[in-house]
Amino acid sequence: MSTALPRFDAREASKYFFRHGHTGWLGLRFNDLGENWVELELPWREDLLGDPSRPVLASGPIISLMDMASGMAIWQTTGTFTPVATLDLRVDYQRPARERASVLGRVECYRTTRSAVFVRGIAHDGDPADPVAHVAGVFMTVAYDPRQKEAETMMKGPQ
Amino acid sequence: MEPQELLSAYARSLGIRVAGEEDGMPLLAVDFGPNVEGRPQHFHGGATAGLLETAGYAALRTMLAAEGREAVMKPVNITVQYLSAGKSKPTFALGRITRLGRRNANITVEAWQDDRARPIASAVMNILMA
Repeated sequence: MSTALPRFDAREASKYFFRHGHTGWLGLRFNDLGENWVELELPWREDLLGDPSRPVLASGPIISLMDMASGMAIWQTTGTFTPVATLDLRVDYQRPARERASVLGRVECYRTTRSAVFVRGIAHDGDPADPVAHVAGVFMTVAYDPRQKEAETMMKGPQ
Repeated sequence: MEPQELLSAYARSLGIRVAGEEDGMPLLAVDFGPNVEGRPQHFHGGATAGLLETAGYAALRTMLAAEGREAVMKPVNITVQYLSAGKSKPTFALGRITRLGRRNANITVEAWQDDRARPIASAVMNILMA
């Protein structure tokens, strides 16, 4: 009935995602991926400082990095680029990033239900065993309409 | 306090400005533009979080200055709740100090667009001070 779209690939999508908008302004880059995770890089930049006394990346851009890595981990896991909305995102800061260091954000999508998606991840500056921050988030699918699903099920019969 | 004392290099670079004062706390704002755009014509969740966090720090700096205290602030955590999509118009944020102790501060922040009574996002932050 519908034309099959190619499976979502975070590496390919990064070529378009980071050209403009907020993530383009931050200069995010794709780094690595797995079946249910994506790692992005927030390169070091002088004008993203949080504290004038130390040359360390601010925490705001790190939240953006983790939010974006979360979305991409979800699409990488489900294989489809359907809009998701962040419901709740929590960041626990373990320590400041090292001076003049880029920060890497690795997020995995560990559970998907019909209406909600759960992610967790770490931000680190080189050694994943010594994270800068841990994150946990819950997303919801934007386009999901239960009536639509019911109608589809009625037409197709139970799966 | 002067805007440059309330806003980090990151916050100024993103386009966050001090738009006024409410109950002695700085009211921050950011206009819509490419710097903050996520999906077309909407705020990126990360930009909204950056505004909330900046407003939280600005509130704490203001409160500490009012009490004549000087402290190095260490972020512990932030939890952001997204309540509705941020549209292509200015967004405002105001922080409130829920509790200020000797070593820690608990801060609540809300962000809204046209209607103050309909926030688009809120945050709770814990900050340690040394």
